Amino acid sequence: MLILTRKKNESIMIGDNIEIVVTDIQDGKVKLGIKAPKNIDIHRKEIYVDIQNENKVAADGKIDFDSLKNLF
Amino acid sequence: MKINTKNFGEIEIEEKDIINFPSGILAFEDQNRFIIIKNNDEENPFHYLQSLNDSNLAFVIIDPFVFKKDYDINISDSIVEKLKIKKPEEVKLYTIVTVPKDLKKMTANLSGPIVINTTRNLGAQIVLDDNRYSTKHPIFEKESEAI
Repeated sequence: MLILTRKKNESIMIGDNIEIVVTDIQDGKVKLGIKAPKNIDIHRKEIYVDIQNENKVAADGKIDFDSLKNLF
Repeated sequence: MKINTKNFGEIEIEEKDIINFPSGILAFEDQNRFIIIKNNDEENPFHYLQSLNDSNLAFVIIDPFVFKKDYDINISDSIVEKLKIKKPEEVKLYTIVTVPKDLKKMTANLSGPIVINTTRNLGAQIVLDDNRYSTKHPIFEKESEAI
């Protein structure tokens, strides 16, 4: 993994069109601004991992359709 | 064509009903061909999303608007591009359901809905970074509140 040291308001470029700016550093938290083309999706990693984990649990599920008839 | 399924053994499907998921489903990225096995009962909103790559992989899915009328998501430009979506009417949304032993505690993954372009039969699971929704939204919310 490439590790760079940046100060507040400094940036890094990823390729030609993705820029990540350190906008604030306080109390162990870093605020990042991200400039990227619209066709790049940006998410916090936790949400990704949550969905992956939930999919794994859901893959084990089995429903007997008849038993669901009267639930709604 | 005939396929093997997790819950229904061998079934006959039509090639035209196969939905391609170019990026798979999160945690199942290598699964790129699925079929929706609809349940015949119109009153019953649960269906199966069956993988064609692995007959043992099937998800229970539901139209989120059945239990969450105000579900409101933004489909990003990258997904519109990836699924070649031209108009909103061709989009169909599902959410994956997690089924515990107690069926009343079933949850739906509102953070990671399945978006399908019904015209092109292209699908993707999208990631919603939206704190209104969780991966474990109780489907029978009203019932559980009443207890």
